[in-house]
Amino acid sequence: MSTVTAAETTTTDRSLPVVLKVEGLNVDLRTPRGTVRAVDNVGFEARAGQTLALLGESGCGKSMTAKAVAGLLDPIADVDGGEILLNGTDLARLSPKQRRKFAGPELGIVFQDALTALNPVYPVGAQLGEAFRIHHGLSAKEAKAKAVDLMRRVGIPEPEARVNAYPHQFSGGMRQRILIAMAVALNPKLLIADEPTTALDVTVQAQIMALLKSLREESDMAVVLITHDLAVVAEEADTVAVMYAGNVVETGRVADVFASPRHPYTKGLLESVPVNAERGAELNSIPGSPPELHKIPAGCVYQDRCPLVQEVCRAERPKLLPVVSKEPAAADGATPRAAACHFSEELDK
Amino acid sequence: MLTYLRKRILSSALPLVVVIVGVFALARLTGNPATLYLPLNATEQMRADFTARMGLDQPLLVQMADYFGGVLRLDFGESLRTGESAAAMALRAFPATLQLAATTMVLAIILAVIVGCWAALKPNGVADRISSFVSMAAASIPDFWLAIVGIWIFAITLGWLPTSGVNGSEAWVLPIATLLLRPFGVLVQIVRGAMVSALSEPYIKLARSKGAGDVRIVTHHALRNAAAPALTVAGDLTVGLVNGAVVVETIFGWPGIGKLMIDSILQRDFAVLQAAVLLTAVAIFVLNILIDLGYALLDARVRPATVKA
Repeated sequence: MSTVTAAETTTTDRSLPVVLKVEGLNVDLRTPRGTVRAVDNVGFEARAGQTLALLGESGCGKSMTAKAVAGLLDPIADVDGGEILLNGTDLARLSPKQRRKFAGPELGIVFQDALTALNPVYPVGAQLGEAFRIHHGLSAKEAKAKAVDLMRRVGIPEPEARVNAYPHQFSGGMRQRILIAMAVALNPKLLIADEPTTALDVTVQAQIMALLKSLREESDMAVVLITHDLAVVAEEADTVAVMYAGNVVETGRVADVFASPRHPYTKGLLESVPVNAERGAELNSIPGSPPELHKIPAGCVYQDRCPLVQEVCRAERPKLLPVVSKEPAAADGATPRAAACHFSEELDK
Repeated sequence: MLTYLRKRILSSALPLVVVIVGVFALARLTGNPATLYLPLNATEQMRADFTARMGLDQPLLVQMADYFGGVLRLDFGESLRTGESAAAMALRAFPATLQLAATTMVLAIILAVIVGCWAALKPNGVADRISSFVSMAAASIPDFWLAIVGIWIFAITLGWLPTSGVNGSEAWVLPIATLLLRPFGVLVQIVRGAMVSALSEPYIKLARSKGAGDVRIVTHHALRNAAAPALTVAGDLTVGLVNGAVVVETIFGWPGIGKLMIDSILQRDFAVLQAAVLLTAVAIFVLNILIDLGYALLDARVRPATVKA
């Protein structure tokens, strides 16, 4: 009756609730050269209090995935199938009007273009307070008081004096703090951070990442961090989904994935990090470049750059399947590892 | 602020002098008023007496120096025709033009913002194509032609509206409709372009991420950013409206500054012409200052810093 099977103990370690579960998400782009699939059958989970990194190079579909989740796709992009479950509600099925109720209270997003994302003609206080006015119906004065609190929360000095200042009167790092404050204003369950430090100085990047971390710990929200920076993933994320050409090619705990990558693309990425290279030696790099979206091959998306490529890779697209590690200790039941490679077993060290 | 105003007023003094000199010289090219005001059989002596009495026998430079002396004392001379103060005549005619121009511009701006926003919501959509056709047509139709056709259809054939005058609200319809078309057409295209570009800015996505609805996105976030280019063009169009007013006021017998200018040219009433042109020029300078203040009101980036960040 109350016997717990071995299988359950390893797969149902669900102490942390799943906040966001994306499954089979497709995003199509209408381009002059025809419709192309920018995000193809993408799935991942983000858990409360944890950071999931969506890792990949420019154009791999990670930002598009984030925008699809947030409901902020450009007019030329459409979600074509898939589920976006935010605490059990499928956002993909909601009307734009219903979805707006989630934007802010349930889901916040931090954009990468910190320098241009704020509206130049309104004081930052008015923009920070906007979410309270839209969702809680606060007056301008009440919203401004909330804005001051938020500015203090994200570490902007003298918030009372600066609440009426305009975006151009703030530095890039301060503007990104304001954007983060906006995203967390209504204490959302999910925060999407789309390359939040790309536009910033290196010295400011660490401060911004530390701020995101402390906000996550404070409120126990799930964070989806979009990045191309392996060091940031290693440092900040609990789990990672590696994307390539619109597909998730590998997922798992960051520690596991980085220790023994089970997809040749992940392996190639890790080998191109200078830390792992010998001093004076030429840096490893992955030969070639990702396929253009209208030229994605029929089989495995990585076939043209893969050192392990075989006939089967050109014929059949590998599914994202759970991988078993030789070291069972590395397998975390809550975040099963998976890789989309016909030869993932062979990569197991 | 005061420094700015003082600077603007000082810098506008020179152009005003140029305007006066130009008008002063050009007006005298229309001929000697004596031929117009004296009977056909007037003797040479009578003509010479008239010319001397009006001070027109003096060299041009002396006349001009006299005139500037008067302007500095706010004495703009008298009408040849009525003997009335030229300044009083210009000031009396000005409100009629101002009312006409202001009503026209307000209507043009309101209509253009509505149509331009509607078109910008879906670039290359049906609304955009319709508004593009309508605004192009509106901006291209010559106002004098439209005025005459309007009188022919609505005043003569249908008899709905008066042909001219300022009595009753019906009298406003044709002059406003005529003057409205060009600014409306041009502004629709400006508003549409500025809105399309504003709506693709990152701050729109940010506003959507906070759950802002379409109405709030358009009216609160995009329009305020699109307003600056529209304001620039609206300012230019308002200046153009004064030129349009000359034609339209003449056709509709509207007792404004445009009609006063035309009448005073035809009657070689130099002082009145000069006063009317000078008043118009001053009005345009004031308008430009108001537009500059408008920019500062719309966008803090062109405002002297008041809040320190």
